[in-house]
Amino acid sequence: MAPLLEIKGLKTHFSTDDGILQAVDGVDISINRGETLCVVGESGCGKTVTAMSILKLIAMPPGRIAAGEIIFEGRDLVPLTSSQLDEIRAKEIGFIFQEPMTSLNPVLTIGEQIAESLRRHENVTRKQALERTIEMLKLVQIPNAEGRVHNYPHQFSGGMRQRVIIAMALACKPKLIIADEPTTALDVTIQAQILDLLQDMKERFGMAVMLITHAMGVVAETAQRVVVMYAGKVVEEAPVDDLFGNPGHPYTQGLIRSIPRIDLASEHKVRLEAIGGSVPILINPPVGCRFAPRCRHAMSVCTEREPLLREIAPGHRMACHLGDTQLGGAA
Amino acid sequence: MSQYVLRRLLIAIPSLLGISLVLFVVLALAPGDPFSELATNPNVPPEVALALRAKFGLDDPIYLRYLHWLNAMLHGDWGFSFVSRMNVDTLILQRLPTTLYVIGSAQILALLIAIPVGVYAATKPYSLFDQVANTLAFVGFSLPTFFTGILFILIFSVTLDWLPFVYTTDIKGTGIHWLAETIRQAIMPVAVLGLFQAASMTRFVRSAMLDVIRLDYVTTARAKGIGQRRVIIKHVMRNAMIPVVTLIALQIPAVFGGAIVTEQIFRIPGIGSLLISSILSNDTPVVMAVTFVFACLVVLFNLIADVLYGWLDPRISLR
Repeated sequence: MAPLLEIKGLKTHFSTDDGILQAVDGVDISINRGETLCVVGESGCGKTVTAMSILKLIAMPPGRIAAGEIIFEGRDLVPLTSSQLDEIRAKEIGFIFQEPMTSLNPVLTIGEQIAESLRRHENVTRKQALERTIEMLKLVQIPNAEGRVHNYPHQFSGGMRQRVIIAMALACKPKLIIADEPTTALDVTIQAQILDLLQDMKERFGMAVMLITHAMGVVAETAQRVVVMYAGKVVEEAPVDDLFGNPGHPYTQGLIRSIPRIDLASEHKVRLEAIGGSVPILINPPVGCRFAPRCRHAMSVCTEREPLLREIAPGHRMACHLGDTQLGGAA
Repeated sequence: MSQYVLRRLLIAIPSLLGISLVLFVVLALAPGDPFSELATNPNVPPEVALALRAKFGLDDPIYLRYLHWLNAMLHGDWGFSFVSRMNVDTLILQRLPTTLYVIGSAQILALLIAIPVGVYAATKPYSLFDQVANTLAFVGFSLPTFFTGILFILIFSVTLDWLPFVYTTDIKGTGIHWLAETIRQAIMPVAVLGLFQAASMTRFVRSAMLDVIRLDYVTTARAKGIGQRRVIIKHVMRNAMIPVVTLIALQIPAVFGGAIVTEQIFRIPGIGSLLISSILSNDTPVVMAVTFVFACLVVLFNLIADVLYGWLDPRISLR
């Protein structure tokens, strides 16, 4: 069966004063119906830009989709104009944003903001839209939904606002939800609640979820499949168990090692490992593997030739020269 | 809400008292008073001049004169204009409608230009439209009204002879003809004042829009597929107008200042030209009253801005 969404060779570039910033540089990602896919990586590695490119929510200009296809239900979204995409936004693909504090319009009531997409995409009257908005607020467990629907965003806490944003994204029952670090800005206890809610909603409506995060803990709990991104490229892709059990790419290994482990820390006084250095700025990136400068296994070939994604196990692909038999290198 | 307005009005009383005190002292310190030319007039005997000064209390200490003025004001007595030989309140009431008509139309014109141009320019930053609008705005607020006013008179009255350059309140004719003439003679002053206001307002609207347009909730709105037009009007403009309201309220004193100059250029018989002529003829009661009316109008517009603010931004509660 064809995947619900298939991103092929996506390149999103931004023109800056210093040159072209290749934020996303040839990314392939596919999501099946009803699946939860996690996209992980450090800040600045192109996760958000990839997600925003799907519905062209990046600022254009300076942003530009330089190449690639984004096929949603058999239709390429890249050549569509913004107004053609409006038919898909919220209706087919819903978006949940990172910052609940700033993602709601402060001068409109939450009811108006949720009802807005219902009124746009579904043939409902003002009254029906209000009823469905209240129904959505109840679904995301906002207490006293009938009264709260007329409140303004500043009258809600961060966690409650994120619930409102989820209600907004789910209002038209889209087939795909893209959640861009939905829990990053929240307290840890609220994070778990929001993830549970998202999981619950996903099961109820049978949506696919593309969850962008940099928290490996979130990945382990929610994902079925994981895509690891680094410096605008996909470096590894695997089913979740496979990724945690047998991480191939040194970057993935580093990410997994940098998860704080309360059990190890107390017993063995192990220092938390970190990946040294930071994500490179993607203006005129060097040839070869972009992770090479930070990689503890870097070989001479790594700075000469770019590693391509290759399958190392069924459904498990990675882009690294390590263990590549054709190179004769040793893992 | 009405309680808020009432409280703000009560707060306005001490500030108006303060303003009137400062105005009164400054005017008292200025050289000359309505009777100063009597001293040099050979037809008036010195003892008569002195008697007159004593009668009107002109040589009393400042605080006594201020208290007299205040007491009279509270009883609805605005004083008497020695130059026009009529009561100051009648004089002002004759002139005020003309000023409000011209200033009001100019402000409406400014808003009608600034909001659409600023909004459209912000949606397409650095486009040709934006560049042209920005350049024109820059030129617009660099040119003072006394220059553009004279330029307009030169072009539209002297050279082309399309519009009258002297504003008159006793237009001959009635009905439609009177209305047409009233509008026709106001075109130039309203355009001069309005375009000047529009220039700075356009730039302000544009930058307020640009500040809002890149905020997260605008992306949220765009992700809802409600269309660019709705995103701009409902989500961006609504928020961008909040600082614009403040600017307009803060500009009101400058607008009145500009009106004084414009009224002088076009010979508009408003309170601005009344102020100038009474300053020139040392008509202190009129100067005092007109500046006080300006102060009241400024306080009033600030109040209106605050109420609008609370209406536009639900985070501000008017309590």
